[in-house]
Amino acid sequence: MQVIYLDNNATTKVDEAVFEEMKPYFCELYGNPSSMHYFGGQVQSKTVEARKRVADLLGASPDEIIFTACGTESDNTAIRSALEVLPDRRHIITSRVEHPAVLTQCRNLTAKGYRITEIGVDGAGRLDMEEYKKAIDDDTAIVSFMWANNETGVIFPVEEAAAIAKKNGALFHTDAVQAVGKIPINMAASKIDMLSLSGHKLHAPKGIGALYVRKGTPFRPLMVGGHQEKSRRAGTENAAAIIALGKACQLAGEFMEAENTTVKAKCERLEKELLAAIPHARINGGGADRLPNTTSIAFEFVEGEAILLLLSELGICASSGSACTSGSLEPSHVLRAMGVPFTCAHGSIRFSLSRYTTDAEVDAVIKEMPPIIARLRQMSPFGREFLK
Amino acid sequence: MWDYTPIVKDHFLNPRNVGDIPDADAVGEVGSLACGDALKLYLKLDDNKEKIVDAKFQTFGCASAIASSSALTEMVKGKTLDEALAVSNQDIAEFLGGLPDEKMHCSVMGQEALEVAIFKYRGLELPEHDAEHDHGHAYPDYEGTLVCKCFGITDTFLKKVIADNHLTTSEQVTNFTKAGGACGSCIPKIKELIAEVLGQAQEAATKPKLSNLKKMQLVQEVLERDIRPMLRADGGDLELIDIDGDHVQIAFRKACAGCASSGNTAKFVEMKLRELVYDGLRVQEV
Repeated sequence: MQVIYLDNNATTKVDEAVFEEMKPYFCELYGNPSSMHYFGGQVQSKTVEARKRVADLLGASPDEIIFTACGTESDNTAIRSALEVLPDRRHIITSRVEHPAVLTQCRNLTAKGYRITEIGVDGAGRLDMEEYKKAIDDDTAIVSFMWANNETGVIFPVEEAAAIAKKNGALFHTDAVQAVGKIPINMAASKIDMLSLSGHKLHAPKGIGALYVRKGTPFRPLMVGGHQEKSRRAGTENAAAIIALGKACQLAGEFMEAENTTVKAKCERLEKELLAAIPHARINGGGADRLPNTTSIAFEFVEGEAILLLLSELGICASSGSACTSGSLEPSHVLRAMGVPFTCAHGSIRFSLSRYTTDAEVDAVIKEMPPIIARLRQMSPFGREFLK
Repeated sequence: MWDYTPIVKDHFLNPRNVGDIPDADAVGEVGSLACGDALKLYLKLDDNKEKIVDAKFQTFGCASAIASSSALTEMVKGKTLDEALAVSNQDIAEFLGGLPDEKMHCSVMGQEALEVAIFKYRGLELPEHDAEHDHGHAYPDYEGTLVCKCFGITDTFLKKVIADNHLTTSEQVTNFTKAGGACGSCIPKIKELIAEVLGQAQEAATKPKLSNLKKMQLVQEVLERDIRPMLRADGGDLELIDIDGDHVQIAFRKACAGCASSGNTAKFVEMKLRELVYDGLRVQEV
């Protein structure tokens, strides 16, 4: 069965060119980049190139890039570091719709006596900047807001938020895992102190991430015990994956325009056609500024897991904010924070496209989705009642 | 992805008996939109009003909710009302070749809809209670005191499911009924209900009560004998600050002070003290 992969916010295909780039560094050029000999040295020169490629995509300088194992490690490192370098400040600000890599850590820190403020969002998923301005004070050590939301694609005004943090003497971190490679980022003209990214969201393999730390920002490592990454992240470099991430970032830069024109057009067409064909459907975050590749659509009176499994029967991959898919019993914390009614939250489906998505694949989803929704509504007591 | 059996997949992809029966003799409705699943079951009886000759359903929910409903309608057709009442949620799960633990509540929903339909038909309507809850109401026909406010589940219903399925942990109760699966604030109450059903409540009450003096002595003993030597081995230590009722206040010293995982260490200390002294103790880091 042909797979139609519209779940690129979950993970992406490794670009063939990225795979080619990393391949020699397993069985042939397997040296340790830290070694003194030439054999290791040639790996090091490739990791230097990779660091430059990652920095270029972010408009940063190479020594501001620390390679990590994943976005989650980058997030954890950034927040822990900020609390250690500002020990007199005991307040953390984040948002209610963060990824668990940030949210769970912040909530766990309350047990250590930290005060946490989770800033809310409006019905379209936009950050409540007024609430943020009121919450921040001279006790705030770190503000961590995601650049773009993984479920809805809603983009937060992180530059403006970073400027406010700076004014209050707090550090500013952004989880940009979903934004990097999809929208232009220029750290040279930014007040953001730290930024997390993840390789497997932009066609690099899983198991590699990076943390941007602005030059001059005080920093404490999470992993110690080695001089790697200038002692900012101990542990032998995952050289092949670092080289892959570099290549993936270079390609992301080259495809940036396509992402924001052709990919965006496909995503908008999918959204428009589905809304036209299916009554009682709405876009989560519809009124907000969003990523070019993401759409989260709520189909009323049906349940997300059932939709996903029927799509899966046809080879179509998407994801859902429904309770049943996550193993928890409540729908997604993002949709609940937005006040999406329960009638919609359980039936929310996220489609996330990539530069590999074809028009034919979009057409297939536009064709298959309406009968699936109709079939489940016909089976649902609420669907029957409300759609009479 | 859930590991559904081929039978679950079949009943999800090709559900039997979807629809309604306009002149149904009995109708049972459980669940709500807010809860994330709901089932409306229709039963048609023969002329003697004894045997179920037809059953139809409408379900809002995930694949296993739809499959459980479909299985239920197939199982009850041809049964007398008394035979149908004997169908348990375990029977539904077995018919489907098993359900993932987290999805057992789907089989419970099926069994409850059946019970509600038959009770109502026989005029044995259970009075509704009027307790407030956050959203939805899973089993409106079960009286009792509300335990899980998130999913609207009462103690009467929970005790029945605990007893019917021989449940012994709060996680199991969540898997079977959803209760405790959202905010989690009712989990202590669920544990009490489990203890009550298992008859452990009385046993606990007959245990000799620990005097305060004895408790303090025991806490100190366990800290000195079982905990501090372990911490010291890793270059850390702790100090007992105070014992206030059931609250044991400790402070971490040396390598433990400011250690990123001292929260886990505190949990470990609490676990040990509960195990060796008394399970009502709470450890606070000061």
